[in-house]
Amino acid sequence: MTVTNDITASEASGSPEVSALPAKGQGVRKVPTSWTPWWVGYLQAAPMALVFLLFFILPLAATFVVSFWNYTEYSIEPAFVTTNYSDVFYGCFSGGSALCTTFATYLSTLKFVAIVWLLTLQIGFTVAYFLCFHVKTLPMQIALFMVCTIPFWTSNVIRMISWIPLLGRYGLVNETLQGLGLIDAPLEWLLYSDFAVALALVHLYTLFMVVPIFNSMMRIDKALIEAAYDAGASSWQTLTNIVIPLVKPGIVIGSIFVVTIVTGDYLTIGIMGGQQIASVGKVIQTQINFLQFPIAAANAIVLLAVVLLTIWGMLRLVDIRKEL
Amino acid sequence: MPSNAADLELADVTKAYGETVAVDHVSLKVPAGTYCCLLGPSGCGKTSTLRMVAGHEFISDGDVLIGNTVVNDLPPAKRGTAMMFQNYALFPHLSVQENVAFSLKMAGIGKAERLERADEMLGMVDMDAYAKRLPARLSGGQQQRVALARALVTNPTVLLLDEPLSALDPFLRIRMRAELKRYQREFGISFVHVTHSQEEAMALADMVVVMNDGRIEQVGSPREVYNHPKTRFVAQFIGGHNIVHEGASAYAVRADRIRLFAAQADGTTASPATVSDVEYQGMTIHVALKRQDGTALLATLPEHEFDRSPVSVGDTVQVGWNADDRHELAA
Repeated sequence: MTVTNDITASEASGSPEVSALPAKGQGVRKVPTSWTPWWVGYLQAAPMALVFLLFFILPLAATFVVSFWNYTEYSIEPAFVTTNYSDVFYGCFSGGSALCTTFATYLSTLKFVAIVWLLTLQIGFTVAYFLCFHVKTLPMQIALFMVCTIPFWTSNVIRMISWIPLLGRYGLVNETLQGLGLIDAPLEWLLYSDFAVALALVHLYTLFMVVPIFNSMMRIDKALIEAAYDAGASSWQTLTNIVIPLVKPGIVIGSIFVVTIVTGDYLTIGIMGGQQIASVGKVIQTQINFLQFPIAAANAIVLLAVVLLTIWGMLRLVDIRKEL
Repeated sequence: MPSNAADLELADVTKAYGETVAVDHVSLKVPAGTYCCLLGPSGCGKTSTLRMVAGHEFISDGDVLIGNTVVNDLPPAKRGTAMMFQNYALFPHLSVQENVAFSLKMAGIGKAERLERADEMLGMVDMDAYAKRLPARLSGGQQQRVALARALVTNPTVLLLDEPLSALDPFLRIRMRAELKRYQREFGISFVHVTHSQEEAMALADMVVVMNDGRIEQVGSPREVYNHPKTRFVAQFIGGHNIVHEGASAYAVRADRIRLFAAQADGTTASPATVSDVEYQGMTIHVALKRQDGTALLATLPEHEFDRSPVSVGDTVQVGWNADDRHELAA
């Protein structure tokens, strides 16, 4: 259509095809456009909608309702109280100099989110760039991409636990460093520490960054890179002026994956942090263990709100619809 | 119009991809301010040749000179060349204006100046009204003009065009063809234009370079090439020629120089042939013939001439041509 249009607007307006087209949303509804009845589309979307309703919307609604219920040491009663939320934010707005538990927990979680996001972005972008621009043949690209997914052939928990013999006090790393005489005593910060948590999270979630960035990158017409080179752009200029702007949607999608997963994570932080590091997910898990469902639900709703706000913020940076 | 035209010279240039030789010892001199078309079928090495001149392909052997400089190892921007890509390769995330200003930005020219120069260039290609649009919201012809403006904004000495009209529909192609020629005249620099369409090459070129199999078959003005094809390949590729074998050698006769006589006419240079097809083409009528020795011939006759003594399929006619219209072919 664009090609057959005339060059200038004034000429295009004189073209018969253009004027013959009905204006948008103007009396076109009555004209059947296909033999398929109108409800078939809804029928096709129904199974997914049902799954969403049953396994996502309903539990979420239930959580929201329960977050206003009352509970004691031995009972949970349907009610409408806001005490759960005031308990979540207990001491947060009293103006004291120390941070309340919830804010401190969120801050600790956000710290991991920031570190992990930064590292997965850097590693993910580099890996995707290598796969896309330095690997020349498609079979090789597919093969190397499969290599990236190998860690996902084992369970999440096993992958985490595997770090323990490596990083433990008498683990491979410490033994080797001591054997080489580089250190006298085992490094304590290797395991059950912030370092271990960040390491495991980056290891677990880098692929979530690689995939969408790689996907965006593969859509870049290679002629654009050549055109940039032709215009005198250095590799760095091409990267910052062409590649990064064009893969922004991929970066945002990857970032959403990583940020939401890490914000809600309690397993990795629990295992790799030796159950010593606070996280929002961990708080909720503990409350559930004590059957304090209403306050756990309130915490979950607050966490959901934080995550949704983050996603909203990231989506404002880029038009994600272009990518879908 | 600013112009820093310079001669372009290829000296014994070769491009090999492993065992395959894409361009085989090509030598060519394009004087400054020439519209040069590299013409040939796909895989003949014309695009590889262009890309070597552009600096997008390493030169396996030989030299490319622009002016007096050997540019083999220079990046495109330092060569003074600019390339217009086949599908224009406009940056989809940048506005028309930013696309045109891109090379200036890369060269570190300040924002105000580069946008002003971009606007000026867009004015020259009548696209100033679209400066703020994204390329996706332009038609094919408009995109081409933007691509042209983007290539010309750096004041190149040679503009390289890789099948620039192939993405357009036939009507627009003819219009944009005329525009390309006009811009080449206005800027006074050399355009090197790769195409597989002999019609396009004829219409545009001051200098046609017919290529086949990595080699140059013939260089000349469109008229020279059309009237005096040197080789069988050129005669066939350029179209409108009959190839007649005579012993070991062969010669070409233009289809519009073939004369038909009534069967009973007495022509010493003519020989009998059977009409195998008649096609009405409007201005001309194509008559396909088969001589008794098996040679297939095509005669294009003006309508009025055909009407004087019409023939139909199955008729036997005398077919002949003037001795002047024979062009001996090399191979």
